[in-house]
Amino acid sequence: MTDATSARPLGAPEQTVWAEHESWVDRIPRSVAMAVIFIAFVSIWQFVHEFEIVSKIILPSPWETAQELVVVGGNLLGGGYLLPSLWITTQEVLIGFAIAVTLGFILGTIVGETSLGERAVLPYLVAIDTMPKVAFAPLFISWLGFGISSKVALAAFIATFPVVVGTAAGLHATDENARMLFRTMGASRLQTLVKLKIPSGLPHFFTGLKIASIGVVAGAITAEFLGGGQGFGHLIRTAASQLDTPRVFALILYLSLLGLATFWFVVWCQRRFVFWHKDTARHEPVG
Amino acid sequence: MDLAAAPSAAHPAGQEGRPVYQLRGVSKRFARRNVHALDRVDLTLHEGSFASIIGASGCGKSTLLKIMAGVLPPSEGSVILEGQHVTGPRRDIGMMFQQATLFPWRTTVENVVLPIEIRDGKAAARAKHADARALLELVGLAGFEHVYPSELSGGMAQRAAICRMLITEPAVLLLDEPFSALDELSRDFMNMELQRICTERNATALLVTHSIPEAVILSDIVYVMSPRPGRFLDAVPIGLPRPRTLHMMTEPAFGRLVDRIRGQLDKGAFL
Repeated sequence: MTDATSARPLGAPEQTVWAEHESWVDRIPRSVAMAVIFIAFVSIWQFVHEFEIVSKIILPSPWETAQELVVVGGNLLGGGYLLPSLWITTQEVLIGFAIAVTLGFILGTIVGETSLGERAVLPYLVAIDTMPKVAFAPLFISWLGFGISSKVALAAFIATFPVVVGTAAGLHATDENARMLFRTMGASRLQTLVKLKIPSGLPHFFTGLKIASIGVVAGAITAEFLGGGQGFGHLIRTAASQLDTPRVFALILYLSLLGLATFWFVVWCQRRFVFWHKDTARHEPVG
Repeated sequence: MDLAAAPSAAHPAGQEGRPVYQLRGVSKRFARRNVHALDRVDLTLHEGSFASIIGASGCGKSTLLKIMAGVLPPSEGSVILEGQHVTGPRRDIGMMFQQATLFPWRTTVENVVLPIEIRDGKAAARAKHADARALLELVGLAGFEHVYPSELSGGMAQRAAICRMLITEPAVLLLDEPFSALDELSRDFMNMELQRICTERNATALLVTHSIPEAVILSDIVYVMSPRPGRFLDAVPIGLPRPRTLHMMTEPAFGRLVDRIRGQLDKGAFL
């Protein structure tokens, strides 16, 4: 008799013991898996570079790029000549985003709350939204010149629409029961808007803000490509025209930090203000 | 069937309270959809009594409740609460729906005082926090004041909704299938809780439901409603002693009442 059977009281049933199969891939920690993917990517890159599948002039080696990353990073941290450029682009992004959020929220409220807005304003917004908005860049440059304002304008122009859509969708998403409840409580239209529709629409609003936070950087850089100035876009274009590809890669990487920071800021605000929404924590891959 | 005098005649003798809510000849037509939703409905709610309206889906009972809540105007007839015509939402009407509809960005106590905040502003709402806590205690939610609704179960959320309905001290409670989204066990329990709360506060209540046992166990009188156009077929006085218990559901008297109402509903279905 084995230990297992003797330990069991007489007449007790045998135990059904079995383990669910778990793939060894699922057991790898996330950080390790991510590192493996990164190493694979760099290896392929190195391979392509080494055997000149793509010309070395166009594609620098990972090592060259890493070195350039350090150089550019050192310049930025040490307050070198690159830093004012980054600051200009950051300003464009911040001001553009602030304008987009304000304008988008106002327009979105008009469209989402008033029937006139929905019937008469929304069709125009949809029409403009379907246009490739980057195509407006030359117009903004000829109107506002080569300074910061034309970049702010394009950045805001691109980022406004997702905010409008998010705000309007949020206002429309109000639960029918909740609206009925507010009516029976005798709530005014403004009270219903402020205490019910806007809070319950916040998840949609933040979805719009996240899309806007990505669009605003794209808008600022596009305008800098086309309209010169002293921003990061200008630096990228100059480096590219000199075929200084490591520099281009490095600049893009630091630029993406700006986009990430904006995105993270939105996510942080969302966590703070929409803490009550069940999807807020779960569906966020970043942060 | 002549039911004009039925409510008062049917009400158990000796318990008659003062009439709180009176409907006379209330009709509702939706011209655009060519629907005759309600046809000359008469209804009197007496103080401290519990009435139910039972009927199939789409028989017009929700329309009637909306008219009584002042969110929908009647086409004809008079709707009088505490001597005044109901021409809009009123603070002396408390309402509850199938869904608890608590707002997830407000704590339980903030949800409870919401009607006060809407009517009298934030300062008045804050002053009512103590009352709200007392109500939460009444429904067994003591200690959950500062919890967000996502942490409450369905039954707990409905209890908080009861508190929200009671905080304005309404003259009449309009209950639109309040527990039909709950599971059977919680529902029975909540119905007993509702009875206790109504008795303690001597509340005047009208319940709309499509559960016959629920209507019988809670009510002093059950109105059976038929659809297209919505009208009362019968008013069934429920003479079961109070307080009611779930055990009564197994008694023959209870079965006879359920049977009578079911018979009326079946008849109505073929009209």
